[in-house]
Formats: sequence, structure tokens, C-alpha cells
Amino acid sequence: MADRLPVVLVTGFLGSGKTTLISALLAQPAMGETAVLVNELGEAAIDHHLVRQVDERTIVLGSGCVCCTLRGDLRDELRDLLDRRARGELAPFSRIVVETTGLADPAPVLSTLQTEPVLRHHVAVEAVVATVDAVSGSTTLDRHPESVKQVAVADALLVTKADLAAPAAVAALERRLRALNPLAALRRVAFGAVEPDEVLGARSREPAAASAAPAAPAGHAHADDVCAFTVTLDGAVDWDAFALWLTMLLHARGLDVLRVKALLDVGADGPVLLDGVQHVVHRPRHLDAWPDDDRRSRIVFITRGIEREAIETSLRAFVRLAVVAGR
Amino acid sequence: MCPLCGALLTEHWADAEGAAGRRARVLRARMLRRVLHGFGVALSDWGGTAYVLHDGKGRAEVVHDLTTLWARAEALAGRPLDPLDPDLLAALGRDG
Repeated sequence: MADRLPVVLVTGFLGSGKTTLISALLAQPAMGETAVLVNELGEAAIDHHLVRQVDERTIVLGSGCVCCTLRGDLRDELRDLLDRRARGELAPFSRIVVETTGLADPAPVLSTLQTEPVLRHHVAVEAVVATVDAVSGSTTLDRHPESVKQVAVADALLVTKADLAAPAAVAALERRLRALNPLAALRRVAFGAVEPDEVLGARSREPAAASAAPAAPAGHAHADDVCAFTVTLDGAVDWDAFALWLTMLLHARGLDVLRVKALLDVGADGPVLLDGVQHVVHRPRHLDAWPDDDRRSRIVFITRGIEREAIETSLRAFVRLAVVAGR
Repeated sequence: MCPLCGALLTEHWADAEGAAGRRARVLRARMLRRVLHGFGVALSDWGGTAYVLHDGKGRAEVVHDLTTLWARAEALAGRPLDPLDPDLLAALGRDG
């Protein structure tokens, strides 16, 4: 990450305040010089920063899987941006913000940033931020599966326009967001006023202790069939058995595993932190120490139509494989 | 690109952790065989750098990472490879 350019992905439904958020963030010195890629040039002015427009264009790869498609538009723009920066044709910048269209599925964007052969060596996803409109957010979640996905993969959920909605409705929306994605930082913002640190640091935080994640029933109360749950394992987990299981799970059910974030005890001093969105898993990171006293492996899943019990039973059977195989 | 086999040498996330060395590789192959057994797919190590999948009809596939392995094994097996499949889990339990 040290020598790769951080990329912040800003997603959120139409009119939920993405551009307002970006404008406000960029006005803060802590953001540094930033290049911005937007799908449409909105009315909100983004002064003094490099703003480029991306026409949405998707390349479907051989697999035909939506989440692994490459966003050709984004690839070309980012490559061009990096080339011209390297040649000194552009003012130097130290961060890139990518704003998606409201209807965009964020998975192909993440896939492009993390797996495209050139880009993955030059950029690193710093945070995925989703704006959710307090007035229409619940309806949007009911009607548009893309918005549920935007919430599920976010590292930070920002509830906008809370002053325009009834307090009870805002609270209900926040409960729903929390149930859909217990991993994300959740807060209200007015006119994009948020500290950059709160947004930018959200991705690198470790998943909280299992007790902090909501109980399974809280995640089930939705027609969209998306639920979040934590599986906890005692004792060291054999990495190969886990990787074998997760690659097989993502092969078979990747489209319905919207998010996996794990802190794994692999028998070393610190845990391994793993983060995946559908079929795309970020390179795992070895942490020097555990974030708290709880040393158990915990794996947070956000799934669509897959029950906790099925995941847990299967994972435990595969973890036992390592024991049977002679470790 | 590997000059011998033409494989793209980009490291898969699953290979970023875990023990290295021959014994670790043997145990990894043993686990894979247990899972693939019920699907009629056999696995052998190919020079410590890849695996070869075989079916009962003489077909073989060389694979370099786990993601590719499941896709190719499924094609050879002719049916879905799903770790949530109760029959697979029951078979793994019997092995133990």
C-alpha cells in the first residue's frame, strides 16, 4: 500500500449526496491533492482538483460473471491518469476519488482496481464509502438490489439529509443499515461535513469482536434476503484448509457472498486479516497483534440467501480436514 | 509468464499465507483429494508448482491456483462443486 496510490470509491444511490460529499471532502487539506473520476459532471463544483469524466463501459470477461467484469472505462481512465502523472504532464496528486453512478454495482469497480494486471500494482483501495439518503433510503433498498449491494460492500455508510426525515424513520434506516453491514462505520452527515479520517480509515479497521456483531435474527428482517452474521472459531485454523474452503465457496456461491471479512488465528502471534467482495479477495494481511483480548478467529459474512448454519457447518467440516490430513 | 508452461505467475491470494515447503504441499494435496474424491476427480502434484486434475475418462487439466482448480474440477466432474452440499459434508465426516 505504501507505494500505491490510495483510491477512495464513493458509491450511493441517485441524489443521495455523493457529489456534495466529495466536494466537501476535497475542500479539506487532509485529503491532499486529489484526482477525481466521475460518471457525470454534476452541478456541484469541485474546484482546484483534477476532474475527469468516465463513460460507463463494461468488459465482460470470459467467465461471464458480473462481479468479475472489468470496467474498461475505469481501467483506461486510470491507466491514462497514472501515465500522464508519471510523465509529469499533470499536477501531482496523491489520491484518487472514483464516484460511481447511482445504479452502479460496486463489485466490478473493486474488481478492476484489485485485479487488473497493471492497476493492481499502482493503486490500492483505501475505502468504499456509500451515501444513503435518509428520506428515500429505505424505499431505495426495497426496490433496487444494487443499493443493497452498495451498502453491503461499504467501509463507511454516511446517512445524508437526516434533517429532512422523521427521527424515527432515520433510526429505523440506521438499524437496517447496521443489520445489512455490521462491518461499516455508520454516521450521519449534513452537507458532506465529515472528517476525512473517519472515512479514509474505515477499511483498514479490523472486524470487532464477535460479541459486537448483531445476532443473526436482526439481519434477517428484510425482503432482500441479505443477512450478516459472524462465525467464531476457537483455536488455530489451518490456513490451507480455510483457503481451500473459501475459494470453493466463492466458486460455488460467490455472487451470494457479498462480503467476507475475517480475522484468523493461524497459529502466529498476530492474526491474518482477510477482506473479500464476491469473487474478489484482497491479498490477506498479517497483523502484528490482535486488536483486542479476544483471540478467537472471527469471520463476518454478508450473504444473500445463505444461512449462517450452512456456512458454519461447512467451514467446520473443512477446518477438520486439516486435522484428518495429518497436521 | 512462466517460460515453460506459459502460465501467468501472478500470486493467488490463497498462496499469500500458509506454510511453505514440501510437507505443507503434500498435506494440501491430501485435503484437496479428500474433497475431490466424491466427484470422481483425482489430483496429482506437478513438479511442486501446479496440480493436475484427472477424470476417469483420461482427461487432464493443469491448474495453478485454487480458483481455477474448482472451475476445472467442476467441468471434469460434470456437476456443481459446492462446499455447502450436504452429501459432500457427510462424506468428509465419514472420512474423519
